[in-house]
Amino acid sequence: MDTTALLLSLKLAACTVAILAPVGILVARWLATREFAGKPFVEAAFALPLVLPPTVLGYYLLVALGGHSPLGRWYEATFGHPLVFTFDGLVVASVIFNLPFAIQPVQRAFEAIPEDLRHAAACCGLTGLQSLWRIELPLAWAGLVTGAVLTFAHTLGEFGVVLMVGGSIPGETKTIAIAIYDRVQAFDSPGAGVMSAVLLLLSVVAIGITFLASAKRRRHGS
Amino acid sequence: MDPSGALTVELTQARPIPLAVSLACTGGELLALVGPSGSGKSTVLRAIAGVYPSARGRVVVGGDTWLDSASGHFRPARERSVGFVFQNYALFPHLSAEENVVQAMGHVVPAERVARARALLERTNLAGLEARRPAQLSGGQQQRVAVARALARDPKVLLLDEPFSAVDQVTREKLYEELATLRRDLNVPMILVTHALDEAAMLADRMCILHRGTTLQAGTPQAVMMRPASPLVARLVGLKNIFPGEVVEHDPARLVTRIRWQGRIFEAAHAPQFAAGARITWVVAPSHIVVHRRDRPSRGERENPVSGVVERCIELGETTALSLRVGAGERADIFLSLPTHAARRNGLAQGVAAGISLLTDGIHLMPAAESLTIS
Repeated sequence: MDTTALLLSLKLAACTVAILAPVGILVARWLATREFAGKPFVEAAFALPLVLPPTVLGYYLLVALGGHSPLGRWYEATFGHPLVFTFDGLVVASVIFNLPFAIQPVQRAFEAIPEDLRHAAACCGLTGLQSLWRIELPLAWAGLVTGAVLTFAHTLGEFGVVLMVGGSIPGETKTIAIAIYDRVQAFDSPGAGVMSAVLLLLSVVAIGITFLASAKRRRHGS
Repeated sequence: MDPSGALTVELTQARPIPLAVSLACTGGELLALVGPSGSGKSTVLRAIAGVYPSARGRVVVGGDTWLDSASGHFRPARERSVGFVFQNYALFPHLSAEENVVQAMGHVVPAERVARARALLERTNLAGLEARRPAQLSGGQQQRVAVARALARDPKVLLLDEPFSAVDQVTREKLYEELATLRRDLNVPMILVTHALDEAAMLADRMCILHRGTTLQAGTPQAVMMRPASPLVARLVGLKNIFPGEVVEHDPARLVTRIRWQGRIFEAAHAPQFAAGARITWVVAPSHIVVHRRDRPSRGERENPVSGVVERCIELGETTALSLRVGAGERADIFLSLPTHAARRNGLAQGVAAGISLLTDGIHLMPAAESLTIS
């Protein structure tokens, strides 16, 4: 059992969720409540990581974040170390890779709130932020839980993108999914088995939570 | 600042929803906005409330301009002080009745909000139900919470979007009374959107007919229903006896105008705006059709008497709907309804001969219709 890798994965997942939660809420609410030209293209762009092979996404992120790219050069000049093959780079890649998991459930939850409720909030004199905080978020919480749990679980299991952008540096970019692959390569079947069982357990718990959340939402009819 | 707090609305736009709306409502007045589904009633309310941002035109309340698209002025909904009762109430489902009402009290000092919310809920007959969530309330109770929430805003305009459509008949009648009582103390313009004419006639001081986004006529419910401005309005207010005719002559001394229809001459309410010989459309209000007693003719039957044969006679519970064929051709049936017991006592049935009088005051003339059907 590679505890370092497990802890690193948990840290990466927590960072990803922490960054994506506010981003997901804002983007999801924007997409759920606004109609504009080209909206399907914007939605498609946010959904792209769902269908793109992880290695392809990883390759482009490597190019975009690498030392030869303006972003990579700026990052290195500012923070004194490169973005790729570091934990920071993994977080950036993970945030992008998880956009659809963080946005879509929350967007569906916002879309399920009748427009009249938002209008009623405005007619009550609530500002956009008050309406979000007091009315919409309490009604969309199940979507938020689903988005957070899916993002967390998905980050734990990430492989292709992590390998491309992070490599496999122990304690820095070697996540549990890569550690499992390493163990298998080293014919350490029991080691791979224990870690796989841990990931399986985490995934079952995660999916259980999302189903409980949506069942509760259905029961309350909100 | 206009002390009466009057509301004036002028909306003119071609897209996305065509609107040509002009209406006014003074403080304390209840104006019913009436029209068929899809006529744009709700859109007008939303434009007044500021939750339909693409509205073009002007909305002024008490001298305060809320919308003036010519100068690009748009005051957002949250700054307009409107009380809005939505069709399905739009209560916040995760909040109690009291919390729903408190949401509209941002302008009240926090320490007073709960007490005021309770007072409002008591005023709308909801004392004891403060802690219930909308799902734990009946339809009528939900409507009362929505009204309390709208009043909690201390609104400058009260907007009611079909507030009675989602409750059963018994509850509805109770809510009518409650609204009639409540509005006595309200000094702001109130607009009630409805497609039910009886509702408008019962509750409103004035009504305004809306058709395909265009306001056609405004006036007291009785005036609009008795004296529609056009055949289209006549149809929209549910009048059935709409006929083409011709002006014969005016009799200013007796304040009547004689018209010809189906070879007969009728005396109608004086309408000097139509020249003799002009083609017109005439209408008679159902309240102004008197059925003659078949067994014993009486004096009252001299006023525009018409006789014919009962073409259809359908009992609809306590009322009976009749059509009387009084001439030849397509539009020669006069429709009337009367209490079933009266119809029975008078021996009215399909195929029997019957006589009626069309009271002069109830015959109203309008410009000739191009077509009497609403496309």
